[in-house]
Amino acid sequence: MIIAIPVDENNEKTLTCISYGRAPYYLIFDTDSEKVEYVQNTAAESAGGAGIKAAQILVNNKVNILLTERCGQNAADVLIAGKIKIYKALHVQAMTNLKAFLKGELEELRDIHPGYHGHKD
Amino acid sequence: MKDKLKLLILSGKGGTGKTTVACAFIRLADSRAYADCDVDAPNLHLACRQTSDPMRKDFYGLKKAYINRDNCVGCNKCYEYCRFDAIYKQGEVYQVDPFSCEGCSVCEFICPARAISMIDSVSGEIMLYRSASVFSTACLKMGSGNSGKLVSAVKKQLYENMEKKSNIIIIDGSPGIGCPVIASISGVDMVLIVAEPSVSGINDMERIIETSRRFGVSIAVCVNKYDTNFKITKEIEDYCNKVNIPFIGKIPYDKRAIYATNQGMSIIDIDCPSGKAVKEVFENINRILDKI
Amino acid sequence: MIRLNIGQTIRKSMEKNIIAVLSGKGGTGKTMVSVNLACILPGAAYSDCDVEEPNGHLFFKPTQLSEKNVDILIPKIDREKCTGCTKCVDFCKFNALAYVGKVLVFEEICHYCGGCTIVCPEKAITETNYNIGKIVQGFFERTKVISGFLNVGAISGVPIIKEIHKQIKEERNTVIVDCPPGSSCAVMESIQASDYCILVSEPTIFGAHNLDMVYRLVKLLNKKCGVILNKCDGNYNPSEDYCLENDINIIARIPYDSELSDINGNGKIAVKESDLYRGVFQDIIKEIEKVLS
Repeated sequence: MIIAIPVDENNEKTLTCISYGRAPYYLIFDTDSEKVEYVQNTAAESAGGAGIKAAQILVNNKVNILLTERCGQNAADVLIAGKIKIYKALHVQAMTNLKAFLKGELEELRDIHPGYHGHKD
Repeated sequence: MKDKLKLLILSGKGGTGKTTVACAFIRLADSRAYADCDVDAPNLHLACRQTSDPMRKDFYGLKKAYINRDNCVGCNKCYEYCRFDAIYKQGEVYQVDPFSCEGCSVCEFICPARAISMIDSVSGEIMLYRSASVFSTACLKMGSGNSGKLVSAVKKQLYENMEKKSNIIIIDGSPGIGCPVIASISGVDMVLIVAEPSVSGINDMERIIETSRRFGVSIAVCVNKYDTNFKITKEIEDYCNKVNIPFIGKIPYDKRAIYATNQGMSIIDIDCPSGKAVKEVFENINRILDKI
Repeated sequence: MIRLNIGQTIRKSMEKNIIAVLSGKGGTGKTMVSVNLACILPGAAYSDCDVEEPNGHLFFKPTQLSEKNVDILIPKIDREKCTGCTKCVDFCKFNALAYVGKVLVFEEICHYCGGCTIVCPEKAITETNYNIGKIVQGFFERTKVISGFLNVGAISGVPIIKEIHKQIKEERNTVIVDCPPGSSCAVMESIQASDYCILVSEPTIFGAHNLDMVYRLVKLLNKKCGVILNKCDGNYNPSEDYCLENDINIIARIPYDSELSDINGNGKIAVKESDLYRGVFQDIIKEIEKVLS
């Protein structure tokens, strides 16, 4: 499976980025190949709807799991529709969160905060 | 208190004292990271006098349409399709009004003569002050839209530049309930609403509370200039109790506050009633933040 | 202050004009000034373009209300025709669309440009109304009151301000336009059609700083303007200094007065409650008439 974490910098010591939609990069880990990649988040520069665009980027990258500290409603709608599961990350180094997830220590993210209101189906 | 908690100060109505309270809090908390997200009318840099010049950068909003007169064939299609009245005729050709242009790029898509391109447009200026603390602010160019993006940029600049071990982060917000306010609420831990006891003030406070609630942030309310109207102050307190929002204090109207601010000082720097009251409000909000 | 007789009225010499009241900084007294001017000028209308936080109606408490919804057009996807090409998602500059097996529309972010409907090669996108607010018209005695209200959560009140201006253009008498704070596109939209701009300022460095911003905006649009210095307390007034330095016409100086603050704070109209303020606002009208004639 493919796991994504929003991060501040594109190196192994990076902290998890507190903002998921405007994080400068995503750390992408493939459990099959055990490779770590860093993808630039082009949604960060958006005027609005950054979370939505970021979610689209993750969907397009075939991500299965997202580890994040917080997430807005609009972005969550896209992620859930794209069958990406969201887990609550802690404000620590990204690799620490990744290891914790692989050991089954992270919980699913329950408190999704409302973004702009809803979406039309 | 957990480090790096973010406190945003809003009001709904303008002129209730957000910036004055923000500045007092910055001093009381010795905050090393703060921002002014009222990009339409930034004032925090005047209240919290800075000791050095800032780093300045042009801020680019959405690209705006530009019509090349030489290629324009005057077919009128851009004018027909523009929903923002941003295209006008000038002689035989068409031109774009950059103040009205929203950057949607429909005209670029629709132009049969390829006369339209989307070009970078400076919509403001973003500033960063560095001394013992980091202060991020910006100013929107007049007539601009997209203030939400600039607000997000101010916050991002602050987070990227502040010391990792910063304590409480204080953000001075803007009046209203629209895009810049919504952009400033995103990701904060707590919103403090500075309300004014007037008919307009209580009305606007209710709208900003409603806006803030949609984001699931903790909210608290205090009343400034409370002694200008005891009746409405009580109405505000009752309203907060009814909707389960902590009412954390009252600050009196104080002419000395204007004097302090005009001299570039905070109300806590001089001996005045509003300074004493704001200290209590600060202590009350800390108690709530400790529990977050 | 000179006391005028209650019976004295203003000559109806002012032909139809659109007078915008703005300030840059919030809380300086725009609404107080707008409401009182509209009330004292016979037959004038008041229009509230501060659609995020409209307040004028709280003072007028207008009756004979009629409402009009303001809608924008947002995309509606025909799932049968959609092939998942994502041209619409790629085109949208506002990220209001996403594709996850089907197209999702985020209506509150949509800027209603109509672009997605045009770029869709399958013609799978049509448009549907989305309500962002309303305009309420009513009367207070003989003053027509037009107020715009933006729905909580909607991002921009500009379409409502545009609709209000369509109504203003139909008015035969003078219209006083109460503008939003700041100097953003909403403010610009509110003053586009005005013949004269009143800038209301307060004696603080914040007030002077924001007065500068809004003065430059007004000059950019080549509007005639004048300043009302409000809440004057006899001390150092940075806004007054600014006006003197820049040769800006000061049309009135209103002292800080706890009586006026009470009247206003309680949602009452000063010119109805006080002869003193009736006189103050009549003088302001006269000053403006001089400039406009």
